[in-house]
Amino acid sequence: MNEVIIIYAVTLLLAWPLGKYIAAVFSDGAGAGSRIFLPFENTIYSLLGVNPSEPMSWQGYGKALLKLHLVLALIVFGLLMAQGILFLNPDNIDGMSWDLALHTAVSFLTNTNQQHYSGQAQLSYLAHTFGIVTLQVVTPAAGMAALVAIVRTLLGRSGKNVQPSAGGTVSVGNFYEDITRAIVRVMLPVATAVALVLASQGVPNSYEGARTITPLDQTAEMNEQNIPIGPVAPMVAIKQVGTNGGGWYGPNSSVPLENPTPVSNFVQTVSIVLIPAALVFALGFLTGRRRLAQVIMGVMVVMSVSLTSVAIWSENQPNAAFSGLAADGPNLEGKEVRFGATATALWGSWTTQTSNGSVNGMHDSFNPIGGMVPMVDMFINVTFGGIGVGLIGYFLFLLLAAFLGSLMIGRAPEIAGKPLETKEIKLVCIALLIQPMLILGFSAVTVAFPALTGNSNPGFHGISQVIYEYTSAFANNGSGFEGLNDDSIWWNVTCAVNLALGRFIPILAPLAIVASLAAKRSAPEGRGSLGIDTATFGLMTLAVIVMFTLLSFMPVLILGPIAEALALMS
Amino acid sequence: MSSETLKKTDSLDAGSILRQSIKRLSPKNLARNPVMLVVGIGTLVTGFLGVVHLIQGEPAALDITISAILLFTVIFANAAESVAEARGKAQAGALKATRRELKARKVNGDREEELSAQELRKGDRVLVKPGELIPADGEIVKGAATINESAVTGESAPVLREAGTDNSGVSAGTKVLSDDIVIEVTVDPGNSLLDRMIALVEGAKRQKTPSELALSVLLAAMTLVFLIVVVTLVPFAGFVESSPSFSVLVALLVCLIPTTIGGLLPAIGIAGMDRAMRANVIAKSGKAVEVAGSIDTLLLDKTGTITLGDRRATMIEPVPGVESDVLRDVALLTSLADPTPEGKSVVTLARDMGSDTVAEEGALFVEFSAKTRMSGVDMSGGRVLRKGATNAIRKLVTESGGYYPKEADRLVERVAKNGATPLVVAEGNRVLGVIALSDVIKPGIKDRFAKLREMGVKTVMITGDNPITAAAIAAEAGVDDFVAEATPEQKLEIIRKEQAEGRLVAMVGDGTNDAPALAQADLGLAMNSGTQAAREAANMVDLDSDPGKLLDIVEIGKQLLITRGALTTFSLANDVAKYFAILPALFVVSLPALGALNILNLSNPVNAVLAATIFNALIIPALIPFALKGVRYKPASATKLLRRNLLIFGVGGLLLPFPAIKAIDLMLTVVL
Repeated sequence: MNEVIIIYAVTLLLAWPLGKYIAAVFSDGAGAGSRIFLPFENTIYSLLGVNPSEPMSWQGYGKALLKLHLVLALIVFGLLMAQGILFLNPDNIDGMSWDLALHTAVSFLTNTNQQHYSGQAQLSYLAHTFGIVTLQVVTPAAGMAALVAIVRTLLGRSGKNVQPSAGGTVSVGNFYEDITRAIVRVMLPVATAVALVLASQGVPNSYEGARTITPLDQTAEMNEQNIPIGPVAPMVAIKQVGTNGGGWYGPNSSVPLENPTPVSNFVQTVSIVLIPAALVFALGFLTGRRRLAQVIMGVMVVMSVSLTSVAIWSENQPNAAFSGLAADGPNLEGKEVRFGATATALWGSWTTQTSNGSVNGMHDSFNPIGGMVPMVDMFINVTFGGIGVGLIGYFLFLLLAAFLGSLMIGRAPEIAGKPLETKEIKLVCIALLIQPMLILGFSAVTVAFPALTGNSNPGFHGISQVIYEYTSAFANNGSGFEGLNDDSIWWNVTCAVNLALGRFIPILAPLAIVASLAAKRSAPEGRGSLGIDTATFGLMTLAVIVMFTLLSFMPVLILGPIAEALALMS
Repeated sequence: MSSETLKKTDSLDAGSILRQSIKRLSPKNLARNPVMLVVGIGTLVTGFLGVVHLIQGEPAALDITISAILLFTVIFANAAESVAEARGKAQAGALKATRRELKARKVNGDREEELSAQELRKGDRVLVKPGELIPADGEIVKGAATINESAVTGESAPVLREAGTDNSGVSAGTKVLSDDIVIEVTVDPGNSLLDRMIALVEGAKRQKTPSELALSVLLAAMTLVFLIVVVTLVPFAGFVESSPSFSVLVALLVCLIPTTIGGLLPAIGIAGMDRAMRANVIAKSGKAVEVAGSIDTLLLDKTGTITLGDRRATMIEPVPGVESDVLRDVALLTSLADPTPEGKSVVTLARDMGSDTVAEEGALFVEFSAKTRMSGVDMSGGRVLRKGATNAIRKLVTESGGYYPKEADRLVERVAKNGATPLVVAEGNRVLGVIALSDVIKPGIKDRFAKLREMGVKTVMITGDNPITAAAIAAEAGVDDFVAEATPEQKLEIIRKEQAEGRLVAMVGDGTNDAPALAQADLGLAMNSGTQAAREAANMVDLDSDPGKLLDIVEIGKQLLITRGALTTFSLANDVAKYFAILPALFVVSLPALGALNILNLSNPVNAVLAATIFNALIIPALIPFALKGVRYKPASATKLLRRNLLIFGVGGLLLPFPAIKAIDLMLTVVL
């Protein structure tokens, strides 16, 4: 228990200064760290041929974002299909099928890292380091850039309101400047620091091919064992800090090579939540609305602690298979004994709250209620959430709460003094609506035609597995309940659709909303207007988040994990 | 509105409401409201299933019962709208009834022509004589008359309306008491304020207001979410070998979609207009009522809004060496012949202070004149008593060889500083003291401004007074800001400035030169007694011509919005309990383990579904009075209001259905 409290405390304590630094990076002018980083950035700008100080409308910003992603997608897709004939492939790994390559490219492009393949066996060093890792650095930075654009357009930099520029269009910032600063000044330095710690703990860091060794235990009748290595440490670092989740090895951070020591486990756990939490503080520093940041942080911590507690409690109960036996103690099925139930449950909860998706144990083997926590975490997806996108998602609920809250105090709906009208509410509804529509829709089709599903488990657990897979895809999480024959055309293509829509609509819709809001009159906030930085409003936002999740997903939760738990109990 | 007509509108004919509600079942009408459309389709589908089951000889009671409950859900929602509409129409109709049989005397050059009021057109001139009713809304172009406006305002005291002033507007149905007047008709028949108001509450022409539209979008989106949830439930249930009854799934869908707010939404909007009308305010659009709730700044004319309008004597103070009783009696005597409200108020004050002096026989009263700026009395005993403006008395005293004391100057200065007007009282060549005439702040206005401040609404007083007087009155009334020596043009400037800072501004006006400001303001309230230009420019007209009405309208607007928000929250919070009632019932037969979720311990699956569906239907009529009356509104800060309403409608909405559904279930076990 103490370890959990310490990890929470250390994470939040580190997130605070990091948030302050991130806010400074995105402040007006050259930003913090410009003396060291600006030369690099200028090189990048001139290579890309872009002008970082040119203001962009939301459409321009969105187009630049999509353009960059499309180019990267095509490169990585080609790389994955052609890796067999390209260099840096000492283990002679073949190219991927088109559907697997499509799914993998989209999965990494959306900061999801859902893997329908096993990294060490199906990816060459080239694909790993230049394809996968590039996306693992760029995509969280893209999320961060979008968040910064949304925050400063809606709330203004330190109280200054964004004024519509000439011609009536609102500038939301410059995408290239935002994403470049996010990569160069935030993602790379933080990942480098974590990579060094991990390398010091013994995580492999080499471009040599797999090692062949003789097992110590000769009774297994295995003369030699092939141990794949590679530049693992930097990838694991960016995997953890960038809410990516896709590891070098198939079993992710449960493998000793990827996560060798208690220290590495501690560092990797903290890394999951570090930047998402720092961004909440950054919001406060960037806009001067510290109270708002505190309230949002409060809501997120309440959600996080509640759900994590449930997971930890559940995993410390005996495995249901032991019921009736004298055996007690925690559920250790699918867990590394060296981490134990609590650390695994904590990781499992955090990794799904933040859309990270890395694991240090198998979620499929959690007790039913423990297994429900990651699912609920991903339904909510704004408990810290993915880098940038988590807070953007929170804004959607904030807008919804502001709409209802304004009415309940007798004012026409508004947020931060800006009127919320049909246009904005439509966009909020679209962004929120596609979640149940895609997750429930695809899951329903999948279970209706079991031939497609390839379930290892029938019944309640089968429902959980299917729901989990699509939820993980939509939430851009990437963790898996597994047990599915997921490298099939059906799964690869449908998940790719979920991944892409689950990523870009929740980014673009809020961008459009804030641009529309910024063009409107801005009333001074006073006693009579809705205070979005009050504890009361924080509670209301929490209630809106919980209600929306509950109302959309209560039936499937009941037919999945809850029915499973009740059936096991009786 | 007289109390008699109010009573009439309150007793609505149940039969006609029912007929109306059934008429509204037409698909065209239902299609306007996506939430109720889904319920309507559900009614048909379950009804159809029931018939199919009957033909196949299978049990059909459940399908038919659900279909019937859903039908009632739609009828209840329609009834809510019908009741609101009927009330609004009755209210407006009562106002309108007076003008049906009106005759008009149209003037055309020297010719006069008798015709029915219905035939009058905009621009026609009509002559109205004492004792006649004014045939149409218009403006006096010739003459002045006292008019009894009780038919419109309920206030029987006659009012003066005069051509060429800011009080030249007259309403149809009011009665001329004195003098001939010529009125220019300003509206075509069927286009008067009341006609427009009636059109606004009538379903067909009613336009959704901006926040109502946005809310409808949200409700439609929630409906779509629940549609997806329920439809996808079929394959999920099939996967675990459970096949829930189709009718029960429809019942679940209807229970989940926000039928409560969806059904009451039109009624809430109409009721808002109706409440404005009950306050004798005619809103030209539903939007105007809604905007009233969001007003940030109120521009208020001092006279009539903040003060009663007349100066009154508030203090009588002697110079040193003079008995205060002496001064009091002299003040009274000088004012006996003064017919102005100020003069009368001096008498009243002196009497209140205990004076019982009466004028002796043969006293000669000197009336106030603009030239002398004095009034008073010459007593038969030779005493010359005068009161008047400072300079006039000073001149009188010094010219008759008296001494004008410094103490009098000091008193005068003090009175002026407090925002009052000083009058000096003298006997012969001796100064006795000073009377202070003050603007009297309306009783209770200070509390209202305090409440407005609590609500975050800024009040700005507009006055033609000098800055010192204005500051004193502003401080006494408790307004946030004031503009002294203001001209009507300045009002427009102030409004533009406030709007540029993002605020929504409301103002009151009656004059033609107020019209631009009334049009510019987000909420312009014109006095019915005002000019046609003012009434045209404003988006609301107060039939009572009471500028203080603006404060009531702000509250009505807030009430309207709160009612919408509260019922939406309530409606969605209700869903949790409905899930707990229906989901276990849906699956318990095939998946007994889920029986543990029947936390309400409902008697059996059929009763559980019926109880939830019946609750869902009954909550609509149960809340109709609430939707019509609106949420009780007590001015408070936004955070306090939010906390209270969340607690009542959020937490309340979460908890209430549990015991209610349980109770219906218990009743069903007794009945079935």
